[in-house]
Amino acid sequence: MKTTYREAVRAALRDAIQRDSRVFLMGEDVGRYGGSFAVSLGLLEEFGPDRIRDTPLSESGFVGAGIGAALGGLRPIVEVMTVNFSLLALDQIVNNAATLLHMSGGQFNVPLVIRMTTGAGRQLGAQHSHSLEGWYAHIPGLRILTPATLADARGMLWTALEDPDPVLIFEHGSLYNVAGELADDAGPVGIDEAAVLRPGEDITLITYGGTLPAVLDAAEQLAGEGIDAEVIDLRVLRPLDDRTILRSVGRTHRAVVVDEGWRSGSISAEIAARISEHAFFDLDAPVERVCSAEVPVPYAKHMELAALPSVERVVAASRRAAGSGG
Amino acid sequence: MSPLQSQSVSEAGNARHLLQQMLRVRRLEEKCVELYSAAKIRGFLHVYIGEEAVAAGVIETLTAEDAVVATYREHGHALLRGVSASAILAEMYGHAEGCCRGRGGSMHLFDAATRFYGGNAIVAGGLPLAVGLALADRLAGRRRVTACFFGEGAVAEGEFHESLNLAALWQLPVLFCCENNLYAMGTALVRSESQTDLALKAAGYEIPAWSVDGMDVLAVEEASRRAVDAVRSGGGPHFLELRTYRFRAHSMFDPELYREKAEVARWMERDPIRLLQATLEAAGQLPEEEWAALQAEVDAEITAAVGFAEAGTLEPVEDLTRFVTSEPAISGGSGQGRDSKSRESRVAG
Ligand SMILES: Cc1ncc(C[n+]2csc(CCOP(=O)(O)OP(=O)(O)O)c2C)c(N)n1
Repeated sequence: MKTTYREAVRAALRDAIQRDSRVFLMGEDVGRYGGSFAVSLGLLEEFGPDRIRDTPLSESGFVGAGIGAALGGLRPIVEVMTVNFSLLALDQIVNNAATLLHMSGGQFNVPLVIRMTTGAGRQLGAQHSHSLEGWYAHIPGLRILTPATLADARGMLWTALEDPDPVLIFEHGSLYNVAGELADDAGPVGIDEAAVLRPGEDITLITYGGTLPAVLDAAEQLAGEGIDAEVIDLRVLRPLDDRTILRSVGRTHRAVVVDEGWRSGSISAEIAARISEHAFFDLDAPVERVCSAEVPVPYAKHMELAALPSVERVVAASRRAAGSGG
Repeated sequence: MSPLQSQSVSEAGNARHLLQQMLRVRRLEEKCVELYSAAKIRGFLHVYIGEEAVAAGVIETLTAEDAVVATYREHGHALLRGVSASAILAEMYGHAEGCCRGRGGSMHLFDAATRFYGGNAIVAGGLPLAVGLALADRLAGRRRVTACFFGEGAVAEGEFHESLNLAALWQLPVLFCCENNLYAMGTALVRSESQTDLALKAAGYEIPAWSVDGMDVLAVEEASRRAVDAVRSGGGPHFLELRTYRFRAHSMFDPELYREKAEVARWMERDPIRLLQATLEAAGQLPEEEWAALQAEVDAEITAAVGFAEAGTLEPVEDLTRFVTSEPAISGGSGQGRDSKSRESRVAG
């Protein structure tokens, strides 16, 4: 079946709302407007305003209400338009959703899913171009998902809804229009493990979400140069699937981590640290990182592109790691 | 004024019950202060002494199905909601027998059995939760009420306004209970709000609101009963401003530089416990031996609770990472498995 990332997320939402009467979608403009990225287009007509609930502009209020509703026995899916606005709900996400289970000694779990768009690349300027999923991956008690493929866009939501704890799903804004083939019977997918999307012998390229297409392109280009790259899609930033990363690096002995977040304190820093902790003696070269430049993302196209990870930068870093210059 | 003189025996009985409830909170917290000074319990400790009529009056009007959300000054709310003094004190001791297995402490008391949802150390952080709990009831068609307690300091926070707006917009069954004790730590209401009439603020969200003498437990109970009935019968959110005063410092670290001793003394003349006790006595409804028996009962409860907390045990340190994420239930058993480790620690290992 031919579909897009956007349609896959919508199908997942429809499926979830149909399957379980406790599930509802809540967020700014998810109803009448159809979702700011047109993800929930048509769902209000299909399911009505109780299940597709438009909220006022009050991120902390409705994210907190989502937590309360989860405590009250529902399975809310809260949509936050973009990750920058989630900062207004940080109190609820970090101080309540992530901590209630622990503070209550195991009494109150929060089965809540929060979806939001992340990432740059659409000339939206600094405030609308943040990649902050790595920040959230810092917080114990949250599960952080980054669907990069159609199968994950379609399948992660249902598994997330079955998780008894809060799950944050980050959808990269540049992926919604990606089209491709998806199995007719595509359904729930696991949310514990990273995926090896392209097996290879010479080097491990580790990424997730919006930078996956560029990394896959880089791997193709490297293949033309005789470098056989393995590509890992992390899929889950917390808890990180160390095993898949270490198994791969143990074979290829070289690693490049690609992450759209800023380099300092990014998720790629965590991954590089784990590789050096657990696979130091497997390495034949220092771990390379390709991240965003340490600037607020600029508006002008050429400047924005220069700030973000690109195929060229991934290829260059891979060549360096593979010892073939660059 | 002595309304009880003309009242029935059952009403006097109810008043004696409220008196006892307030005294339970008072004695529990006096003991907390003592234990804190003796370094038996640590962390931040905020006592409610002087404000007991608020929790006692409101919680009395709730049913077991209703929910309660509170702040970091919540020992009284927890106790009156039905969490035992033993479980509360054991929690402050950091013991495994505490209501949160020693992971919450004074500011984070929780109890699923009594639908007590905290225990929140972030000013106004509990308000959105209350809205969500009410939304869940509303969508499930349950006639339950969520009572949400917060200080007047919360009124300046965005979450207060977001929550009142959402609750009113969606007509959710929340009772907002603003405990106006005039100070947010050292900041007087007049120094933090351009509009100090809090009921008027709530009314601005189209929420029916009353201001009540928070030192008169019977007045609190009456206002709360009216509000809870209205909320339960589909009248949407209601708001009570409960005018009260804390007799003690904000926390154990507060030197109280911001208010006059004379002001505190003036308010202490309206001690809600003494006020009701005097009213009952004047009405001939509280013979001396009954008052003595009531106090003895409360003292015995608190003494037993201290004994329970003292005798508590420590959670094994190996369980440090438990309850970060949910644990799979052991098949065949009920509840959460004691010896399965959390998902996070298994994966990160
Ligand atoms: C969001 C937030 N900011 C600051 C604090 C620090 N703080 C703790 S208690 C308090 C005053 C709260 O006053 P109020 O809400 O009136 O409650 P009361 O202590 O009087 O019961 C402050 C500022 C906090 N806990 N949360």
